[in-house]
Amino acid sequence: MADSPASVEDLRAGLRDADYLAGESTALVAYLATRLGKPVLVEGPAGVGKTELAKALSRYLSRKLVRLQCYEGLDEAKALYEWNYRKQLLRIQAEAEGTGWNSVHDDIFGEEFLLTRPLLEAISSPEPVVLLIDEIDKTDQEFEAMLLEILSDFQVSIPEMGTVRAASMPIVLLTSNNSRELTEALKRRCLYLWLDYPELKAELEIVRLHAPELDETIARRLVEVVGMVRELDLKKPPSIAESIDWARALLLIGAEDLDQQVFRDTMSVIVKHRTDLDIVAERVGVRLAASSRGAS
Amino acid sequence: MAPPRQRTDLERPGGFAANLVFLAEELRAEGVSSGTSELMDAVAALGEVAWTDPEDVREALAATLAKSPEDRRRFELVFDRFLFRASEEAALREGVKEGEDDQAATAAGEDGAFDEADLRDAIAQAIRDGDEGAMRDLARLAISAFGRRGQGSGVIGVDVQRIRRSLGLRSDPQPDAPQGDPRREGLPREQLRRFEQLLRRELERGSIERTQQLPPSRPLSDLDRGLPGGPLQDLASVHKVVVQLKRRLKTQGQENRGRKRHAQIDVRRTMRASLQTGGVPVDLRYKPTRPRRPEIYVLCDVSTSVTSASVFFLSVMHALHDSFRKMRSFVFIERISEVTEVFERERDFKAVNEAISRDAGVADISGYTDYGRVWSEFREKVEDELHPRATVIVLGDARTNGRDPRADLFADVAAKAGRTFWLNPEPRLYWNYGDSVISAYEQYCEAFECWTTEQLEEFVKALARPVR
Repeated sequence: MADSPASVEDLRAGLRDADYLAGESTALVAYLATRLGKPVLVEGPAGVGKTELAKALSRYLSRKLVRLQCYEGLDEAKALYEWNYRKQLLRIQAEAEGTGWNSVHDDIFGEEFLLTRPLLEAISSPEPVVLLIDEIDKTDQEFEAMLLEILSDFQVSIPEMGTVRAASMPIVLLTSNNSRELTEALKRRCLYLWLDYPELKAELEIVRLHAPELDETIARRLVEVVGMVRELDLKKPPSIAESIDWARALLLIGAEDLDQQVFRDTMSVIVKHRTDLDIVAERVGVRLAASSRGAS
Repeated sequence: MAPPRQRTDLERPGGFAANLVFLAEELRAEGVSSGTSELMDAVAALGEVAWTDPEDVREALAATLAKSPEDRRRFELVFDRFLFRASEEAALREGVKEGEDDQAATAAGEDGAFDEADLRDAIAQAIRDGDEGAMRDLARLAISAFGRRGQGSGVIGVDVQRIRRSLGLRSDPQPDAPQGDPRREGLPREQLRRFEQLLRRELERGSIERTQQLPPSRPLSDLDRGLPGGPLQDLASVHKVVVQLKRRLKTQGQENRGRKRHAQIDVRRTMRASLQTGGVPVDLRYKPTRPRRPEIYVLCDVSTSVTSASVFFLSVMHALHDSFRKMRSFVFIERISEVTEVFERERDFKAVNEAISRDAGVADISGYTDYGRVWSEFREKVEDELHPRATVIVLGDARTNGRDPRADLFADVAAKAGRTFWLNPEPRLYWNYGDSVISAYEQYCEAFECWTTEQLEEFVKALARPVR
């Protein structure tokens, strides 16, 4: 495994080996990220492989993946570092009477009492890592502001200890479902990649890559149907992962063709809302060939 | 040798870096905010990709300069324009001409063998298949076949439309076309637009070659830039304005607080205070002036002619409902139906949207708006409630489909209500064309064009003006 790809094509082939089919722009932006050391902001609808891209990159570059899952109310203590204050207390209690405050102070604010959280872990790791900050749009703006220092300088200031600089350059990916507009300041520091649902051909390739035993014609039919379903105005359109799941489900039940009967039985793999189910059954189901088993 | 020309804007010192700065400046002029640090990123990124691959160069620039889907769309337009102008500029400078090509194309056009019907078929086919290369070639052929006949009108937009008409390209289905003809099902709108773009480009190229100079650079038209491409694409910025709308509307009416113009004595509290002074009411106590919540009536057109705008409008209605308790909302197509209850029951915008499209029960027989009927029904429903402090907001395109606008009924409603606003989702340019009768209503209300969030902000300003 290459430590750093020599060209865009290189990286694309590498990602392919890591079971990820990258589009033209995806490969290019990922390549730029490895070369320029800039974080990448990946946006797009749910389930188009934003998180998967980070995982594939870590596999390809054989780097450790450090993941920070964001949620509302996430704060520095959960994301950056925290003092292990129980241990600090014990330390103070164990201290013999009469030791000066200064020596205790120096003691308890040492690395031994620091609990590293994902961000600090990524920064201070001696081996370069891939840092994935997932669903950054779920956090508050304050947290975003805190990220700025890390993203532009790759350093963290801990008041009691000083500044921790990155020992190695991590590749940083931030993903967002666009549920909230991110601040300009954050965007300015990142490369931007918009991932959308893949074209029919690309998705077919992805499905074939992950479910190679599936018959080619069924796979094509499946991808077409998923495309049709995405056209509808659904609460939650099916993601790529779900088309792969569906392909595997079809394999499992040994379907020979994707007809109305099979579709009705298995459509819950790709559609997950009751109202969506109704819409899909009504609009897509009827367009498929009538059940061949029922007819014969 | 090219004739001596005046300096144009693309020939400038500083070489490549300067060109990049100018590109960034054009982007900024179109509303894509790209800072200096991003420009430096762009230079760094370009150092990493192969110069010879135009797609890579474009992607590298886009990744560093355009940071949202909306920006990306603008970037594409600006970048195309920039490249086109740059290459034309270079061609002019070097005196490159496309003479032979042109002649060949003209010959083919005049040649009886390649007749117009064939050309029409070939173009329709290419458009349906979305074959970019074929479309470009055919655009040139079409120009030489149809465009030069009257030597062109000189206005490119007019020429494009004329050629398109003579080619018989339409997006709506043409059932009389023979079986298997791509035009039978109607051509895909997107591809049709693309073909028009190519036509325009080729015409521009021709005119540059004839006149030996670049026309002045034009900003992207508002239509290219502003219209939301997908229904949900621009929802984020709508929400931003709607939040502002809420804030403005909430503070409205507060400025009257404390003004003692119509102060009324609060007898109970005055008596109570008088106990301190032995029953003599020295200290007068007034009833506090409560800010009056304005009453709002919103009518929203949900017919097919305003489909793209109605999501936008419904979200505005939703925001209004958050801020006002005394508010009644109606949606209408042919007849009117009240949806106040839906908005009060559902707090989530998506749920509201679904509930309205499912069971608001808009009585819709023909699917065409009938404004006359809407006014009379609206008047019937709210007649007793309308008073000078009420505000009526109409969201609609004022397209009556040829029916009687009944402006007299609308005038009556407007006269009873204190203020009447009309938000029209069409650009002002289209007002009063076709079956739009906005001018009949405009004299009784304040009409706003409202198809971008900036315009919504304008409306917010007007709405938040203090009521006299």
